[in-house]
Amino acid sequence: MFKWLRDYLYFLYRCVALSFSGQGVFYAWMTFLTALSLIGLNAYCKQLVDGLYLTGMNDHVSWGMYIANFTYLVGMAAAAVMLVIPVYIYKNDRLRDVVIFGELFAIAAIIMCLLFVIVDLGRPDRFWHLIPGIGKFNWPYSMLSWDVVVLNIYLLLNMHVAGYLLYMRYLGRKPNKFLYMPFVSVSIVWAISIHTVTAFLFAGLSGKAFWNSAILGPRFIASAFASGPAFIVLTLQVIDHFTAYKIKKTTLLALRRIIQVAMIISVFLMGNELFTEFYADSLHIASIQYLFFGLHGHNMLVPWIWTAVVFNIISLFILVLPMSRSLKYLNVACILCVVGIWIEKGIGLLIPGFIPTPLGEIVEYFPTVNEILICLGIWAFGFLIYTILLRVSIPILVGSLHIPLKYAQREFRKGV
Amino acid sequence: MPRMTNHDDQNLQEGLNSLGNEKMSRRDFLRRGSILATGMGALMAAMSPLRQLQGAFDPEEFVQKHYKEMTPEEMDKVLRRIERKVAERFDVKATVRDIKPMDGVEYVYALNLSKCNGSRKCVHACVNENNQSRSPEIQYITVLKMPQGTMDMDKGEILYDPPKVPEEGYYYMPVQCQQCANPPCVKVCPVHATWQEPDGITVIDYDWCIGCRYCEAACPYWARKFNFAEPRIPKERINPDMSYLSNRPRSKGVMEKCTYCLHRTREGRYPACLEACPTGARIFGNVLDPNSQISFVLRNKRTFVLKEEVGTIPRFFYYFDE
Repeated sequence: MFKWLRDYLYFLYRCVALSFSGQGVFYAWMTFLTALSLIGLNAYCKQLVDGLYLTGMNDHVSWGMYIANFTYLVGMAAAAVMLVIPVYIYKNDRLRDVVIFGELFAIAAIIMCLLFVIVDLGRPDRFWHLIPGIGKFNWPYSMLSWDVVVLNIYLLLNMHVAGYLLYMRYLGRKPNKFLYMPFVSVSIVWAISIHTVTAFLFAGLSGKAFWNSAILGPRFIASAFASGPAFIVLTLQVIDHFTAYKIKKTTLLALRRIIQVAMIISVFLMGNELFTEFYADSLHIASIQYLFFGLHGHNMLVPWIWTAVVFNIISLFILVLPMSRSLKYLNVACILCVVGIWIEKGIGLLIPGFIPTPLGEIVEYFPTVNEILICLGIWAFGFLIYTILLRVSIPILVGSLHIPLKYAQREFRKGV
Repeated sequence: MPRMTNHDDQNLQEGLNSLGNEKMSRRDFLRRGSILATGMGALMAAMSPLRQLQGAFDPEEFVQKHYKEMTPEEMDKVLRRIERKVAERFDVKATVRDIKPMDGVEYVYALNLSKCNGSRKCVHACVNENNQSRSPEIQYITVLKMPQGTMDMDKGEILYDPPKVPEEGYYYMPVQCQQCANPPCVKVCPVHATWQEPDGITVIDYDWCIGCRYCEAACPYWARKFNFAEPRIPKERINPDMSYLSNRPRSKGVMEKCTYCLHRTREGRYPACLEACPTGARIFGNVLDPNSQISFVLRNKRTFVLKEEVGTIPRFFYYFDE
């Protein structure tokens, strides 16, 4: 028992030590992220003092950048599962090693999600009202209460699976299937559920015709399964460039397949939405009209959404053509996909839901500098966490960080 | 068996050596110490705006229970605390009560669109009665100036400002909380901070609301308003007759809405908006009483509700009289 505890504590200690050591580039990157996080924290402290008045939100557009980023990041977190399914279910070994990077990214993304919810609250000091048991939780009626539950459980699932596998690798032991496979299976269903519930958050509102669509859930999933793996393709190349961990090209091409299919479905579903709205041409199209063409001279989002449409379509073209087997083109497609979907389902989905208001007023939304700094701070903090997680896990995966030999099991020592 | 590589990267070893071993060189110690100090300094600087919040945190309010879970004694303590706070904040002696719904009462409103002249007297009476923030401005009633011949609210105008009302060719439609029998706002609240009372009024526990604004997104009538900043009310404008669930001053970061002036109506008085109406367009009363004026209107006038298709079942009716 004590030996177990000693080994684990020493492991944690070394992880912390590792996160503070690296080459110059590493220090520069971490300093940059820390500085941005602190600037974001500073902006948030100002918001705590003066209220959400410091944001661009008002009673007309009552959700803004925070919830937009939240929605997008839930999708990114859910997308980790697209690496898990091929590896654990279909035994596709090309992706075996990178699956852990996907799970680690899910951890960072969920932490960002939770932070985006917290900064959006008017009374974050009352956060405990949301804790089942001591608070007063409106479950199962409120979709937001579902979201709180599923996000936190998803965070724990990923922390357990990734943490357990890494620690076993560190100890040089074979992981016990029964201790992680059940959780992997649950996390697959869970990943779909977190993004479906997030879609239901919007789709369940009868008063908002723009969101009140059954296709919203599938659209969320499809776009997440395109943008998430696209982001991971880019990350893997960064890892390959800066660390001892080498990524095989076949791995990236396996991911390309996933992005390809998801992107086709995502663009197809978007087309469905556009047809239904514009062909029927009822009063309900005011919001989508505002988004794509502007309404009564208000057209702030028009350039944004057309950028997203163009990015998505170019990305789709590159992905389906053989040219994206070359990394250069694949990367272009991935960047376009990540940015395009961020616009489409962040700002493009959220803001038009409030324009026009239920009483027909049109008030456009401009995020303030303070609000943008908070968003940047949270993104920087998320990247900081992801960097630390990678900094610790890569040496474990390549075998340079392991339990001191004098404590290791005999077979492990022989293997060295 | 893990794959072992012999080319451990240099920095890893360096990092582990310097931190992993007990012996640390003096230079290393100083370097790490200064980095740590800079980091802590930056953190403190980043959080410095919080100093302005000193004294704002109230431990009693922090642990306060949900409205429905408080015993009468606990409620009493809370009411006295709120009175003290009002005295501190506005230098006004107020009485705060917790007024319960009456048995056998269900409130319904009706509004005669033929009579409403768009003077917005109801809006101002409401603000005065319910201690809404004057800066930034919060109002529970929105009056739409509608062109004759349409019910499409997108065609209405809210910020109308002619020298004289009513204007030829328009009718006026005040919209406030419709006190729905199937309220979408109540369903979505993640913490039960808002609910429907037995007399049909949807209320908010301002001390329980976490300010997520989900209810504001869910409301099809734009009836819920959020305190984006600390509400400011001039001292002489405070209405000292307050109740817990309605017009006591709110804090920043919580939602608020029309409560049919429950501190008045639950004691048999009319809502402030009705009393202020110069044309008698507003009819209010207990729909469970067959002899009430509201029952008469519902029986005899051709009434309609707003956005019937969203299934909210409003307790607020409109009709044309001519």
